[in-house]
Amino acid sequence: MAMTLAEKMLADRSSLARVHHGEIVETPVDLVMGNDITAPIAIREFEAAGATRVFDAERVALVMSHFVPAKDINSADQTQIMRRFAREQAIKHYYPEGTGGIEHTLLPERGIVVPGDIVIGADSHTCTYGGLGAFATGVGSTDLAYAMATGRTWFKVPESMRFTYYGKRRAYVTGKDLILHTIRLIGDDGALYRAMEFTGEVISDLPMEDRLTMSNMTIEAGGKVGICATDDLTLRYEEGRAQRPWRVYQADPGATYVEEYEIDVSQLEPQVAFPSLPSLTRGISDVGDVTIDQVFIGSCTNGRLSDLRTAAAILRGKKVHPETRLIVIPATQDVYKAALREGLIEVFVEAGASVSTSTCGPCLGGHMGVLGKGERCLSTSNRNYVGRMGDREAEVFLAGPAVAAATAVRGRITDPREFSPHEEAV
Amino acid sequence: MARAWKYGDNVDTDVIIPARYLVTGDPVALGKHCLENLDPEFLEKKSQGDVIVGGRNFGCGSSREHAPIAIKGAGVPCVIAESFARIFFRNAINIGLRVYESPAAAKGIQMGDEVEVDEGQAAIFNRTRGERYEIIPLSPFVQEIVASGGLMAKLRKELAEGAAP
Repeated sequence: MAMTLAEKMLADRSSLARVHHGEIVETPVDLVMGNDITAPIAIREFEAAGATRVFDAERVALVMSHFVPAKDINSADQTQIMRRFAREQAIKHYYPEGTGGIEHTLLPERGIVVPGDIVIGADSHTCTYGGLGAFATGVGSTDLAYAMATGRTWFKVPESMRFTYYGKRRAYVTGKDLILHTIRLIGDDGALYRAMEFTGEVISDLPMEDRLTMSNMTIEAGGKVGICATDDLTLRYEEGRAQRPWRVYQADPGATYVEEYEIDVSQLEPQVAFPSLPSLTRGISDVGDVTIDQVFIGSCTNGRLSDLRTAAAILRGKKVHPETRLIVIPATQDVYKAALREGLIEVFVEAGASVSTSTCGPCLGGHMGVLGKGERCLSTSNRNYVGRMGDREAEVFLAGPAVAAATAVRGRITDPREFSPHEEAV
Repeated sequence: MARAWKYGDNVDTDVIIPARYLVTGDPVALGKHCLENLDPEFLEKKSQGDVIVGGRNFGCGSSREHAPIAIKGAGVPCVIAESFARIFFRNAINIGLRVYESPAAAKGIQMGDEVEVDEGQAAIFNRTRGERYEIIPLSPFVQEIVASGGLMAKLRKELAEGAAP
């Protein structure tokens, strides 16, 4: 029987000839991940249950990302639990502040997650690794504790939805715009409990960093996983990067999808999500006049090198608008180093941006750019819920790095095409 | 008798417990900020045993287990909704917060109604309106996790039996 990508991966790794949606499978995991918010609770659960050793010290990743460098005394205390545990268990992929960065950028970049992996992480954006062709999903701390002890987890086999993108992308239309447009089409729970498969000629041509951005926001439509099948582009990305052998899966022809969407991108503009749901997305021409107090470029969604290059190309030689502030946070140390070498950091600093060490920081209202009452932020991150970045009366708009950089210069939400009049496709 | 606190669709984890409070796992400390971004009156006026009722996609957003922990810590024994976001649902089951999927209840119950849950009958009774709503049953696998006292109880059992390394 023909199976979707998600079904094939779960069947293969659960040692079953086939699986059907709705069925429960118990599956070994290739990697489990926790961060400084979720791991401390998992570690306490793990120890309270009487577990003594993690199932495999090379297959647990512990990454300090959210509230580091420690934002206050309590968060510092939480990180101590993680530091002790990582030392005691000799965790191989342990990244305290200054060594790694945001987990969802770090793990693919360093080849710690590879195509075909089954991954659970105690962070909802674990679905990012679907961009490589991994089956990866977010769980809570207790599921993390169970998997750290046993090397296994359970899944309900999801129904699959297929999204086929065709047409030629216009200038400044990136993975972020494709996924925001998709969430607008299907709604904030349009993929609830389901697998999203991203395919078509647009995806085949889409750079790996954009694929990771698309898969990253699968959760904003409620999806369990969002997968781009592994192809030559993926394997070129893995060269010199993958730390383990990978597996390549393809959906069977004739597999059953619960819903199928054919999306023409040729008329799609850069997208902006309005407060306070990612589905409240509009094309940039329909935004109107919206002044912005703060622009944030960073996060697991859009804090990669390609994002910083896009932003720097617009900001080069310009200044941030006097009524607006710009915060730029490279997602990982490796992104930071590359941005330094390429002179991007200098562009941002010269423009008047605050540039910080890698952290999730303002994306979740942690630190490094928390919003006050009534303030408006345009952010390259993934969520714009009420109170997400600070005060409950603050407003968050979501967009890609080009819109963010153009907005920082003008002080109001701005179409980046104003800075380069050529409408050539990228 | 429990009083219902009724909200709409997409009640997300950032309004259930804002990230700035995720510096502890203590249920009581977290419970003191439960829903403060959505409805400040909830914290002032709720009583022990009151229930939360949501619409579609309750608990969407982050994987923070602090969200169901905060609800439990606020003295709320269960959440009723038309549908739940999957990570929140899984976390609630794992930590022993009761979650009941019931589109009829989510539609019928209004703010302040007196409600009672009868697990044996798989039903929710609205005493204010004299209505009865069916609960969509949990899958047998999930029922087993609930019956064994949560996922950590299952792990303890497996460790004792030598099933886990």
